[in-house]
Amino acid sequence: MGEMNDRLKVNLCGIDMDNPIIPASGTFGFGYEFAELYDINILGTFSFKGTTLHPRFGNPTPRIAECPSGMLNAVGLQNPGVDAVIAEELPKLKTCFSKPVMANVSGFSLDEYVEVSAKLDAEDQVGWIELNISCPNVHGGGMAFGTSAASAETVVRAVRDVVKKPLIVKLSPNVTDITEIARAVEAAGADGVSLINTLLGMRIDLRKKRPLLANTTGGYSGAAVFPVAVRMVYQVFKAVSIPVVGMGGVSSAKDVIEMMLAGATAVEIGAENLRNPFACRDIINALPLAMNEYRINTLNEIIGGAHEWEKM
Amino acid sequence: MKQTIFVVTENIALTHDIMRMRLSGDTSEITAPGQFVNIMIDGLYLRRPISVCDSTEGSLCLIYKVVGDGTAKMAKMQNGETLDLLVGLGNGYDIKKSGGRPLLIGGGVGVPPLYMLAKQLIAKGCDVTVVLGFRSDKDVFCKEDFEALGAHVIITTEDGTQGIRGFVTDAFEAAGNYTYTYSCGPEPMLAAVYRASVTSGEYSFEERMGCGFGACMGCSCKTLYGNKRICKDGPVLVKEEIIWEK
Repeated sequence: MGEMNDRLKVNLCGIDMDNPIIPASGTFGFGYEFAELYDINILGTFSFKGTTLHPRFGNPTPRIAECPSGMLNAVGLQNPGVDAVIAEELPKLKTCFSKPVMANVSGFSLDEYVEVSAKLDAEDQVGWIELNISCPNVHGGGMAFGTSAASAETVVRAVRDVVKKPLIVKLSPNVTDITEIARAVEAAGADGVSLINTLLGMRIDLRKKRPLLANTTGGYSGAAVFPVAVRMVYQVFKAVSIPVVGMGGVSSAKDVIEMMLAGATAVEIGAENLRNPFACRDIINALPLAMNEYRINTLNEIIGGAHEWEKM
Repeated sequence: MKQTIFVVTENIALTHDIMRMRLSGDTSEITAPGQFVNIMIDGLYLRRPISVCDSTEGSLCLIYKVVGDGTAKMAKMQNGETLDLLVGLGNGYDIKKSGGRPLLIGGGVGVPPLYMLAKQLIAKGCDVTVVLGFRSDKDVFCKEDFEALGAHVIITTEDGTQGIRGFVTDAFEAAGNYTYTYSCGPEPMLAAVYRASVTSGEYSFEERMGCGFGACMGCSCKTLYGNKRICKDGPVLVKEEIIWEK
């Protein structure tokens, strides 16, 4: 068994992980709903619910809409605020998760990003900071920072100054050239990038003849976005020399392998957790067999493997 | 909560748009009336939440209205076909609060979860009155089922084609004295019951959900007791905590 597990090991920005599987922020809460279902210590890690300085209720409902092979969400960063996360959520998490966790940070101003990041960086349980400059569902923050290279660089530079732990910047796909943003955050001192956040989308209720979501627009995720995510991970892997965390529509062990071949060092699973609460456990269990099928010895050796043909 | 496979044993129309599906499978996670199941349906991405009408050991009854793609696909299912369900979701009603003469008020597709509630309340010796509200005579279902349990049943229809003409609140006088209210139905109906009722009570809410088990924050609502998730902390809220926003 130990030998089998070794085949899944990766290292993300200096931290060893038993496997590359990371439930994505916003689909896993602070872990304990899932800890009631299975031992979440089998995960590589998980990225907890996007945290802001102040408590937020988020957007009005409906916040969810069905789409072909996916879903829209416009939750809008509902969270209890960083102080409550540190005082209440992290101690509870400690009772069911013993690995370093990824702290997902969001904000509405440069100062807010800096303050929240600094507070979470000081927590023992936090292994990585995942800086979310790509939330499409909030106004005047979130994605606004991640859609121009200059503002992305500014916020990452400021956060970098106060964060000692590995800093991973979560990128928006809602840009003309994601590699330009990736290069900018690398230049600003990011240790890694994660992508893709959701694609901005919209649906209209035919009966009521008005948008389905109270927020009008929402982020599209789920199996449908997988090819877009693979393409962007592939492009970004080529553009930067820091590790890439791949996500977007991943729903099987084969998808994980494909994402790693595109260039992902680790892989986040998002919407699939909402359809199948056991998705991450099932994927981890399925990985060794899928690796056998494709003659893969260790996951570590296939990272970016799909780029090899270009060198031939 | 448990993820488990159920087998369809019956799927029949009760009215022009209401279906009853009976399934066999592991119901051990269902611990209270008013809970729901979340159903994976072929070709659709998100599961569809449906309230539990009745559950006994190994057997589940769902009554659902055909309103969209998900329920349309469910309506076409045949006996012997299987469904992947998340079972035992939501808090459900608390039968301990009923007092001796609880009043149950359901509107339209909000009627089904009151069946298992009425069954349990009658089993513990309550004198149960049920007010069931529908648009018209052709929409009425489950009346005989509640009567068979031994409940006093009052029907209201908006057009007066059966029972009392009007809304469920127009039946309060006929219902007489009551010790507690349990309600499920569209939000305007819940709000009307809230205003008309003279006792405390429990109200079951509906919202579009992502996961159904508390992970995605898709179905949050504000209450006087703080933010709650309709799927995990609800769908049943107590009267004292409800904030009417819409």
